[in-house]
Amino acid sequence: MDILYNADIIVVGAGPAGISAAISAVRLGKKVVLIDRAKYPGSKNMYGGAVYSEALKQIFDEKTLETLPYERIINSNTWSFLNDTGSFDLTYNNSSSKSAYAIKRFNFERWMIDQAKKEGVYYVPNTLVVDLLDDNGYVVGVQTELEKYYSRVVILADGVNSFLAGKLGLRKEFVPKDMILSVKETFKLDKKTIEERFRLKSDLSNGVAKMYFGGLKEVKNIFMMTYFYTFKDTLMLGVGVSLEDLKRNRLNINEVLDEIKEHPDIKALIKDAYPVEYSAHLIPETGYKKMPKLTANGVIIAGDAAGFINSVHFEGTNFALISGKLAGETAASINDFDYSGWNLSQYRKKLEKTFIMKDLYSYRNIIENLSKRSGSLSYYYPKKIKEFFEIITSANCISKSSQIRKFSFSFLRDRNITELLKDITTFIKCGIDIFFGK
Amino acid sequence: MDDKTKKNSKSIQDKLATIKYNCDNKSHITINQNKCSKCKEKVCTFICPANVYKFDETANEVVAQYENCLECGACRISCPKQAIDWHFPASGCGIILKNS
Ligand SMILES: Cc1cc2nc3c(=O)[nH]c(=O)nc-3n(C[C@H](O)[C@H](O)[C@H](O)COP(=O)(O)OP(=O)(O)OC[C@H]3O[C@@H](n4cnc5c(N)ncnc54)[C@H](O)[C@@H]3O)c2cc1C
Ligand code: SF4
Ligand code: SF4
Repeated sequence: MDILYNADIIVVGAGPAGISAAISAVRLGKKVVLIDRAKYPGSKNMYGGAVYSEALKQIFDEKTLETLPYERIINSNTWSFLNDTGSFDLTYNNSSSKSAYAIKRFNFERWMIDQAKKEGVYYVPNTLVVDLLDDNGYVVGVQTELEKYYSRVVILADGVNSFLAGKLGLRKEFVPKDMILSVKETFKLDKKTIEERFRLKSDLSNGVAKMYFGGLKEVKNIFMMTYFYTFKDTLMLGVGVSLEDLKRNRLNINEVLDEIKEHPDIKALIKDAYPVEYSAHLIPETGYKKMPKLTANGVIIAGDAAGFINSVHFEGTNFALISGKLAGETAASINDFDYSGWNLSQYRKKLEKTFIMKDLYSYRNIIENLSKRSGSLSYYYPKKIKEFFEIITSANCISKSSQIRKFSFSFLRDRNITELLKDITTFIKCGIDIFFGK
Repeated sequence: MDDKTKKNSKSIQDKLATIKYNCDNKSHITINQNKCSKCKEKVCTFICPANVYKFDETANEVVAQYENCLECGACRISCPKQAIDWHFPASGCGIILKNS
């Protein structure tokens, strides 16, 4: 078939992965079309709340980055274990750090697309790609609802559900274990109150992120995380729970969100704030072990569509930006017209040299291991932490050493001893994986 | 509906009221009712964060209120019988997030 190509490269999905891919390819002199189903940039997308500056710096120069419409710099991070009535926190502050920006996706994607357009990317919004075009076993373009667009390479950056990668048979069908479901509420609260409550400066040069473990009263065996971010005059509060755990417990995630909002620590964060938006999204947990085939004849997959994420550390946009960049560069640097999967597979080799493959490898078992101990993490240890601090903070007229002895022995008596041993081996396993990772 | 379900359903309704949608007059969700009639778990009726699926006892059918969909994709993956044919809403239709 003689094909009249509309572009050298078509990128499906204008999230961080797709836009980064488009920019990187256009910089190498290619004609690039970037297609998204959303009417407005970023309006289908949600996340926790922060993009990381190191990844952005690898794509944009300093001067361009100065125009990023962020709302606050996130430089205070808290990890907290919630028990039924209180919490145990660990906070790290670094007021001079500029490593993460709180920015709404509606603003982030719009800003990135503006940069892409300036550099010559042809952006097509409001357009759903329904299928890929095939010519002799090669992907040669996309079928939208209305037309066909032809290109030499298609970069799939269509996000976590990636129906297109599924259609091509590049990945297995998803099962609930592969996904974390998250819902989030955005709350409005005036800027001054936010700054007073979280002790922030008024020039937006600092902000807080908080991660919470546990906090549910009744359901004890689910793996869940609660996250919270301060923006300029809004607050983000969301929960993530493994889809498998929700299914097994016949639990609706909004119930989890509502229950967490009743916890005194969480209640205090959002006091007097009123909800302005509710959103839901999946987080891929397919990781290293269930990674799709990353390239095939005429296609490359990047970002969430490939499951590139580290959910333990809430990193995803950085994986998307850098994998997109490498996908765009790989596609654009092929000049012998050999777009076979084999030739495109340089992409994987490039990824292997970066934190993307290295971290995916090191964390390949972590979520699975931790989820197996979810009862311990979300319920048992927060309870024990509470008992410990009750001993050392309450002057209850009982000798401290007798209480501490009793507390120490309780680890052996509370539960079957094998539970404790399983926890210990799991933590050691996780430690070994990271320490001896790539 | 028990009290817990009722309370959650009301809570979701309130949250959905904060969202902007560009409504499509055609559903992006198709359910294979034959499979549903043999399904005991009815996962769709509790898994969805927007409470889109309800089991209609009298009609003995699962009904999807597709207009409320948040486009997360969880239902499709959770259905034990692959009975849900779920597509993205047509170009430009569906949810419009501005504050997420
Ligand atoms: C709850 C939650 C919290 C998170 N928190 C953080 C965080 O704090 N920091 C962080 O760095 N990461 C975070 N992440 C991860 C991060 O959001 C993702 O990793 C990142 O957005 C992935 O980018 P992407 O470009 O691959 O995909 P997406 O951002 O999902 O973009 C995909 C794009 O493709 C479009 N699209 C899909 N299919 C089609 C089609 N068929 N036709 C046309 N267009 C299509 C969509 O409209 C969308 O714009 C979080 C994720 C979630 C769910
Ligand atoms: S879970 Fe699937 S098969 Fe069962 S009722 Fe719902 S849609 Fe039908
Ligand atoms: S995609 Fe998500 S919000 Fe939409 S119906 Fe399915 S589970 Fe519900």
